[in-house]
Amino acid sequence: MSFVWKRVLGTVPSLIGIVVITFLLSHALPGDPAAYFAGPAANVESIAQTKAKLGLDKSLPEQFFKYAGDLLHGDLGISLTTGQPVLSDLTARLPASLELTTCALFLAVVVAIPMGVWAATRPDSPVDHLCRGTITVGSAFPTFFVGLLLVYIFYFLLGLAPQPVGRLDEMLHSPPPHVTGAYLIDSLLAHDAATFRASLAQLVLPSVSLALFALAPIARITRASMLAALGADFTRTARAGGLRARTVLITYAFRNALLPIANVLGMVFSFLLGSNVLVEQVFGWQGIGAYAVSAVLASDYAAVQGFVLMMALLYILLNLLVDVASTFIDPRVRFEG
Amino acid sequence: MTAQLSIEGLSLVFRTRHGTVKALENVSLSVERGEIVGVVGESGSGKSVMAYTVMGLHDPAARIESGHIAFGGTDMLQASPAERDAIRGRELAMIFQSPRTALNPIRKVGLQIEDVLRRHAAIRSADLQRHAVQALARVRIPDAERRYHAYPFELSGGMCQRVMIAMALACSPSMLIADEPTTGLDVTTQAVIMDLIREMSRSHRMSTLLITHDLSLAGEYCDRIAVMHAGHVVEIAPTEALLRSPAHPYTKQLLAATPNPRSTVSALTSIPGQLPDLRGELPVCRFSRRCERVQTICGEAPLPWTNVAANHFVRCRVPL
Amino acid sequence: MTFATLVQNTRYAFGENRLTLAAVVILALLLLCAMFGSLIAPHDPLATDGAVRLTAPSAAHWFGTDALGRDILSRVIVAARLDLGMAVSAVALSFVVGLALGAIAGYFGGWSERVLGRVMDTIMAFPLFVLAMGIVAALGNNVLNVILATMIINLPFYYRFARGEVNVRREMGYVEAARMGGNGPFAVLLHHIVPNILPPMMVQASLNMGWAILNAAGLSFIGLGVRAPTPEWGIMVSEGASNIISGEWWTFVFPGMALVLAVFSFNLLGDGLRDLLDPRRHT
Repeated sequence: MSFVWKRVLGTVPSLIGIVVITFLLSHALPGDPAAYFAGPAANVESIAQTKAKLGLDKSLPEQFFKYAGDLLHGDLGISLTTGQPVLSDLTARLPASLELTTCALFLAVVVAIPMGVWAATRPDSPVDHLCRGTITVGSAFPTFFVGLLLVYIFYFLLGLAPQPVGRLDEMLHSPPPHVTGAYLIDSLLAHDAATFRASLAQLVLPSVSLALFALAPIARITRASMLAALGADFTRTARAGGLRARTVLITYAFRNALLPIANVLGMVFSFLLGSNVLVEQVFGWQGIGAYAVSAVLASDYAAVQGFVLMMALLYILLNLLVDVASTFIDPRVRFEG
Repeated sequence: MTAQLSIEGLSLVFRTRHGTVKALENVSLSVERGEIVGVVGESGSGKSVMAYTVMGLHDPAARIESGHIAFGGTDMLQASPAERDAIRGRELAMIFQSPRTALNPIRKVGLQIEDVLRRHAAIRSADLQRHAVQALARVRIPDAERRYHAYPFELSGGMCQRVMIAMALACSPSMLIADEPTTGLDVTTQAVIMDLIREMSRSHRMSTLLITHDLSLAGEYCDRIAVMHAGHVVEIAPTEALLRSPAHPYTKQLLAATPNPRSTVSALTSIPGQLPDLRGELPVCRFSRRCERVQTICGEAPLPWTNVAANHFVRCRVPL
Repeated sequence: MTFATLVQNTRYAFGENRLTLAAVVILALLLLCAMFGSLIAPHDPLATDGAVRLTAPSAAHWFGTDALGRDILSRVIVAARLDLGMAVSAVALSFVVGLALGAIAGYFGGWSERVLGRVMDTIMAFPLFVLAMGIVAALGNNVLNVILATMIINLPFYYRFARGEVNVRREMGYVEAARMGGNGPFAVLLHHIVPNILPPMMVQASLNMGWAILNAAGLSFIGLGVRAPTPEWGIMVSEGASNIISGEWWTFVFPGMALVLAVFSFNLLGDGLRDLLDPRRHT
């Protein structure tokens, strides 16, 4: 298990790095930083107080340590727009974004990987052409445009999708009792089938919009690495041993193809977390992305900073998970340290 | 008695963007039960293509224009994929060069042997591991119990080749095809692996087809040797006869170019010219353009087989 | 690579792939729009006309009009300058700075490589669009900062690519020869190594352009950088979004398709260039 700890420790430089960068950014703000952190009811006095409290009158290195210290206590400042601590704002909205991103990732993987595998096993077939077409076209559509197109077609024209008002139409349904924050899970836990169906219906279009962009790189790498694995020496050996086609495909070819796929997931997460913001805007989703957008436009800097930090932390965590999972897929990685 | 493997008149082409490659033409070869036959030739002579075609592992882009391959009682070219899958690994096995890359890099070697056993042998799941360890022990892998759990990257090249042999022999096949099994291994390991193959052949009464570019290796381990050049089998003879009195000019030149402990490097001669381009216009005898004995009659089709001595055949109009 | 091989590869890249040719044609058209947009546009992109607000595509207004009665076709044409301009500037800057830093790190290694590598790794530790949002929020909400932010988040790709390529070539024969010839390290880099890595880097750049366009458009969509009434595809989609519920699809579809067309063409161009330079790397 030591290689897992090594990986965890390996994230420390990144953690330090992101804290440094967000700190530096807050000092690049035009005007007086204190004004951004003083809260909605700021006046000259409270700004001066905030300045002293945040230690903004001290030297840069001192400020940095104060900043880092605050972070470790979970103090991300107060939001200008909501008047609440940024951390509680973010944690309240995080489950909504996580639910959306998880659904999108799930959709992308469930479609892209089988499609890539199929395309690799049947070159130049209709599925192969569909795969390559999806890859080329899917990476050209901006996520926000896809979202709007889907709303126009499925809500306005066909009337199949519900109104894009966020996670639930609050006039028709109330959210399930909070356990995890994910409406799908919580409604199931509360045995509330109606809310479950309603939440699911609201989730469809945003997840699909978000998934489409992630589909392209996953399908591409799956197809490419499967083609490589199918042509590899060890696959030939497996065939020479008379192993069944399914064994050759899965145990020999596919498992070897997984490693490059896992490597591309890092980039895919970067897309997903970023595009999350855009999709939340389009669908009125009450997640941290929408929160961040209104914060940016209102110059609510503490909120923006908190958002950037939280997203970076999430990203580092996701990459760590994939990294650790890779060591189970490919034992060679364990020995490289 | 009918031969274990009988290849008759096999012709195979590859269609590529740059033309049709006539990889094999009218290749005939047989292997009797229990004998070790070597197939020797330069790279590009078609020896590996022939081996892959017997196994049914040839490139899907290849087109078999004519010929028969009979293995045991089965017509390998007409057999269904299911029939071939059932034979491969159980009755007919193959080992390859570069053993490290020929094994699944992320799967324990013991499990890879189990995969073959599970597919072909009627062994209970609980007994599979024991049989796999036994298979490893049979190829003289020390500490087989522990090595069962090893990954290919943890083993040396020689060890990996033993694992491949263990996989191939797990179901006691009646024939083994070994495609350059010792290329890339150091000389000592080469000898060890070849000794192992020979021993397994004798003890299992298993026929072996040994593909190699190394004529001296074939000379040491094979009962009979077939020499290939540019997609043709040019000579087949018992080893002693081939080495002592080769009938085909190409074989003679190959021998002259093969180092042995008694010769000096300066005594080695290289064969003039290059392998003909298999895409272009080809003469009836594909060696004629490099041959010093060539005559007008060499251009007359078809090129016949001549029986020059007991069990010694050559495809040449002007044999030595 | 000899001229003959280049010609043969060009014929292969463009002949085998009509799409690549189409991509070049489309990009040329977009470039024309970017340069001469105000001359080509049938109407004034900023002229509002309350009488014709939200009219569907017609002979007078091929792409229809928006909520303020402005001709959408004209706005889409003129917007090419800003969209392409932002992306090209950002990519060009990333390219040059990334190449310089990567070449230094790849050639000299040691301390420079460690520090620069650490900086680039830290940039990559953020989801890139999020970092761009943070940078624009911190530096100020204007177009220049959008370009700067896009440049920063693209930097690590060029840096890593350049560093890798320079590293590989550092030990090659012709570089040794150049060093023996008395050339100082910067001369070796500039005259011998960099010219050889430019072609593959250009491929990276064209593959990257599409992504840069999407990034800039995404930022404008959420209101960063470009302000109304400036015509820009991202902000036009955002303005058109509110009209979905009333069915005026043309207000967001046309600018959105312009984005798709631009990104698609750059992606195809990048693939074509890669086939041109090294057909074996195609996936």
